[in-house]
Amino acid sequence: MKIWRGQILSAAVLAVSLFLSGCNKPPGESFATSDVIKVGEFASMTGSEATFGQSSHQGTQLAIDDLNAADGVLGKKLELHMEDDQSQAGQPATVVRKLISSDGVVAILGEVASSRSLEAAPICQENKIPMISPASTNPKVTEAGDYIFRVCFIDPFQGTVMANFSRKTLKLQNVAVLTDAKSDYSLGLAKFFKEGFVADGGKIAAEQNYSSGDKDFSAELTAIKAANPDGIFVPGYYTEVGLIALQAKQLGITVPLFGGDGWESSALVPIGGAALEGDYFSTHYSPQDTSPAVQNFVKEFKAKYNSTPDAMAALGYDSAMILAAAMKTAGTTDGAKVRDALAATKNFAGVTGKITIDANRNASKAAVILTINNGQFQYVQTVQP
Amino acid sequence: MTEFLQQLINGLALGSILALIALGYTMVYGILRFINFAHGDIFMLGAFAGFYLAPKVAMFLPMPSIGGGLAVMGISMAICAVVGILIEKLAYRPLRRSPKLTVLITAIGVSLLIEYTCQNDHVFGAAPKSFPTIFPEYHITQLSGLSLNSNQIIVFAVTLILLLALRFIVLKTKIGMAMRALSFNPEAAALMGINTDIVISFTFGLGSALAAAAGILLMGVLPGLKAFVAAVLGGIGNLPGAALGGVIIGVTETLVAGYISSTYRDAIAFGILIIILLVKPSGLLGKKEIEKV
Repeated sequence: MKIWRGQILSAAVLAVSLFLSGCNKPPGESFATSDVIKVGEFASMTGSEATFGQSSHQGTQLAIDDLNAADGVLGKKLELHMEDDQSQAGQPATVVRKLISSDGVVAILGEVASSRSLEAAPICQENKIPMISPASTNPKVTEAGDYIFRVCFIDPFQGTVMANFSRKTLKLQNVAVLTDAKSDYSLGLAKFFKEGFVADGGKIAAEQNYSSGDKDFSAELTAIKAANPDGIFVPGYYTEVGLIALQAKQLGITVPLFGGDGWESSALVPIGGAALEGDYFSTHYSPQDTSPAVQNFVKEFKAKYNSTPDAMAALGYDSAMILAAAMKTAGTTDGAKVRDALAATKNFAGVTGKITIDANRNASKAAVILTINNGQFQYVQTVQP
Repeated sequence: MTEFLQQLINGLALGSILALIALGYTMVYGILRFINFAHGDIFMLGAFAGFYLAPKVAMFLPMPSIGGGLAVMGISMAICAVVGILIEKLAYRPLRRSPKLTVLITAIGVSLLIEYTCQNDHVFGAAPKSFPTIFPEYHITQLSGLSLNSNQIIVFAVTLILLLALRFIVLKTKIGMAMRALSFNPEAAALMGINTDIVISFTFGLGSALAAAAGILLMGVLPGLKAFVAAVLGGIGNLPGAALGGVIIGVTETLVAGYISSTYRDAIAFGILIIILLVKPSGLLGKKEIEKV
């Protein structure tokens, strides 16, 4: 009886190890025999930044469908493997490892939030799998290695754009900064905003921090109110931004709030309501842009999902399109060759504008500034790099 | 000075809500000697009950108004009281004679079950929702810019009324006397003809109703952990202690966030807890208990 059980055990161990070694096969090898190209995506489909993940995933899926409708890439159909990281730290590493080793994807698309892209980047780099982040704007993301790209502008540019806009267009002198101390995105944006604003002769009246997940901001806002600023820069994500706007009004703060692309969400106005009227934020694109590329995309997106695409959806679309273009140029899905083709991307006509990948694998492109008017996002101006 | 007073008002409002939740922890502990970790989830359910009830109530009563707001709060409290009683009946009652550790782990299980069920897209979903305005909003700006909004006044008023009502129930009614008897000695209370099951159900219902009221007053999910800390700080099992603990944690947190850095608000609030427990292990108002081994 005992020996028998031992045999079963060793057989099981053997089976498992065979299975694992099968999974660990480099994706390039197994691909030769398959007739689809597997592309991985990780996104925050649930949790506090759920609308980001849902939007970018819808955009990515639309691009994959468009590509497949036009006979795919290299004569093969694309297959999108999407994993939800629940907006939680720690999850991206798990799901990206799964995508690479168990699903055998040839490239990874994701994520919107910089903190979570930073988690996945070293894993993609280690496995030599090209990763394209649609909307992570923190500079550190692409510094993880030469396989990590993005299709959006970075925080130094976005921070400077908002500093110039608040100083020159809004004519603010004295602003307070309310930063999410737990988010790389927010910290980066705040840093570059402050540098730009002070360099332009402005003054920082007060600096306060909160932590993502907080619901009560009255303490921070009371301290800001005491400093009497003429504007408040809130480079956070929409859930907290909405609550901050509400509570600021409740405390009797009437100066405008402004922030970055973390505001861009269909959930922002339902949370913050009328308290957000007349506030500003910078982002990647506006569906009100009249260029044919944008209008085509908006029309297609509306037909498929029955809603207007936001910036995250447009960037998700561009991330998949730029990957497909690189695969076509490279003539293969081999990681190293796709990487080289991505790095050489110039003037790619994306929905979010002309994308050129610079030496640091960042996209250099224009930003737009939107305002909130009657509960709608309204185009104000475009800022070139 | 104005800023300090304003921070104090903010802190008291947060503290009152923590106090309401802490009472539920402390009441259950007082009677059953175990921490009901699912209590924080009842608070969340209370907020969601209010979220879904508000549009329904708005069909009969004007909204936002004091009457409409109180109606939403009352129904949510009733719903959560029933949920609290059900949880006790299904999860904890079968374990009445089991070791305390088993019940404690079951409580954690119930808490996770509620959280993950509610996160499902077909239940409430994981995306944040904005709580409707159910109480009228006024803005009272005192001299030198001190602002007190109607929400804060309602928080203070409701907390005070509920605390007085709780005091009345515990000290002046028959069921309250039974609760105290049970907390003193459950076996002796049962021998004296007290129906312990009914008293325990009532305690769960009462605690859950208070948590639901807190959920309506403070939109969103606040970690129940903080209220638990407040209960321990005040001396777990002691009702005024739980209220005091809640206010202390709320005020400390707000002052730390306003004057030092909100990054440290939890660290300092919990640090104070550790110091107080080192000096007075039974909590601020807790009685020393000699444990027989």
